[in-house]
Amino acid sequence: MISLYCLGIESTAHTFGASVVTEQGQILSDVRDVYVSAPGTGIHPREAAEHHSVVAAKVVSSALNNAGVNASQLAGVAIALGPGLGPCLRVGATVARSIASFFHTPLIPVNHAIGHIEIGTLTTGANDPLVVLVSGGHTAIAAFSGGKWRIFGETEDITLGNLYDMFAREINLPSPAGPEIEKLAAKSENFISLPYVVKGNDVSYSGLLTASLAKLRTGVSLEDVCYSMQEVSCSMLAEAVERSLAYTRKKEVLLTGGVAANRTLQKKLSDVAGLHDATPHIVNQAYTGDCGPQIAWTGMLALRSGVTIAVAESRVRPRWRLEDVDIVWRRDAS
Amino acid sequence: MAVRKTRLAKPYRVLQLDAAIRRGRTVHETNLMHEARKLGVPVPAIQHIDPETSSFIMDYVNGPTLKEELYAVSPETRGKQCNLLGRMVALLHEGGIVHGDLTISNVLCADGKLFLIDFGLGDFSTELEDRGVDLLLLSRAMKSTHIKFHEEIFAAFLHGYSATVGKRLGVEAVNKMREIERRGRYSERT
Repeated sequence: MISLYCLGIESTAHTFGASVVTEQGQILSDVRDVYVSAPGTGIHPREAAEHHSVVAAKVVSSALNNAGVNASQLAGVAIALGPGLGPCLRVGATVARSIASFFHTPLIPVNHAIGHIEIGTLTTGANDPLVVLVSGGHTAIAAFSGGKWRIFGETEDITLGNLYDMFAREINLPSPAGPEIEKLAAKSENFISLPYVVKGNDVSYSGLLTASLAKLRTGVSLEDVCYSMQEVSCSMLAEAVERSLAYTRKKEVLLTGGVAANRTLQKKLSDVAGLHDATPHIVNQAYTGDCGPQIAWTGMLALRSGVTIAVAESRVRPRWRLEDVDIVWRRDAS
Repeated sequence: MAVRKTRLAKPYRVLQLDAAIRRGRTVHETNLMHEARKLGVPVPAIQHIDPETSSFIMDYVNGPTLKEELYAVSPETRGKQCNLLGRMVALLHEGGIVHGDLTISNVLCADGKLFLIDFGLGDFSTELEDRGVDLLLLSRAMKSTHIKFHEEIFAAFLHGYSATVGKRLGVEAVNKMREIERRGRYSERT
């Protein structure tokens, strides 16, 4: 069958990824190379960017080869222009611009957060969900209305991903921190009191981070702290989601982003959805983390609606908010 | 007559956490209501607090919500009522309390008075940001339920609010409300 192919390139943070998707939403390839920081350290933007520039050519050519597609056959090249770390974004953008220029292929600007949402709807079949986006860069509750994804609730300070990463970094746990904390948490059922802060539809995690680290210093076991921190942080988000669900009356909940892999969070959000007769959807496990397919597929949707960008205007946008993106390919549910 | 408000258990919280939250919020809400009453803002009188069952008993206010009332009364009366609500919220804000869930469903009408209820999301705060959220929540509630005359009733509310807090603070609160609205967080459902 003849189809359009879109190449997507992701380089907003630690992952350099590339993927080719078809117009029908088939993911033909998904190649990634992840910059891993030493335990006790976070992502160093320049080092991550250096990593990306070293692996870029190999990742992109593998993505094309695995898909069996020649670069000259591409209908578009989608690039995550933000939000993310400036030096990392520029590596991906440079690669995408080169390919687009050389093959005279349209360049498509993609917002990384919208990518998490679209790969979530593609892989779950969710139609008009309340989106819960949880990753290193986001903790946000969004619903589609009036041509944009509107934020109904979010973190007032650090994200859920930050909470886990920063906690892990302080005590030298290996990266990625989420699965590690989940493993430790599973060894305890001893709940200790930690600050629980929900303000309307918003959450705040910075006090929880400080208090969790303080508990460790006073001799509480690591397992107990991980268990309690995970319980409190996920319950807080569940409550904020419950409020948003009551307000928006959406009948689906979509959990997406890197922290969507956390089973405690999955369970709590399923419980919340159940309380409001909503169907819970969780992004396919393979696409929770940052990856090429989220950019390639969102790029395909944008391309079909005529969204492209001139190379000269394709500046990276490290602080590009998801509610600022016009979603021309999606209609309001009637 | 009296009514009991009970906070129900949430299945997504471990028992110990759930109990602590429900207990803490029951105490917090009744504290706010008590302080609001001292400021001269009509709220149902609290008769009994039972933290163990996360519930409290208060006077039953025998009357409709302001939301229902606004449909039923003359334009003149609804202007007066919203003006009165403005003065009540101003007293609350001046006294260092924000409601946190200010909608016309959380205002009851009885005996020619208005009563504020549901302080569960309220707080002790003098932050302009928190006051702006109160105004925005009210404006949004009016807009979504009284489409035809929401501008008129919100103007009446602001008139009463500014008459109490003073013109400068009134303008500041409205500007903050607009700023929060522009952030899109509390934007209108369409």
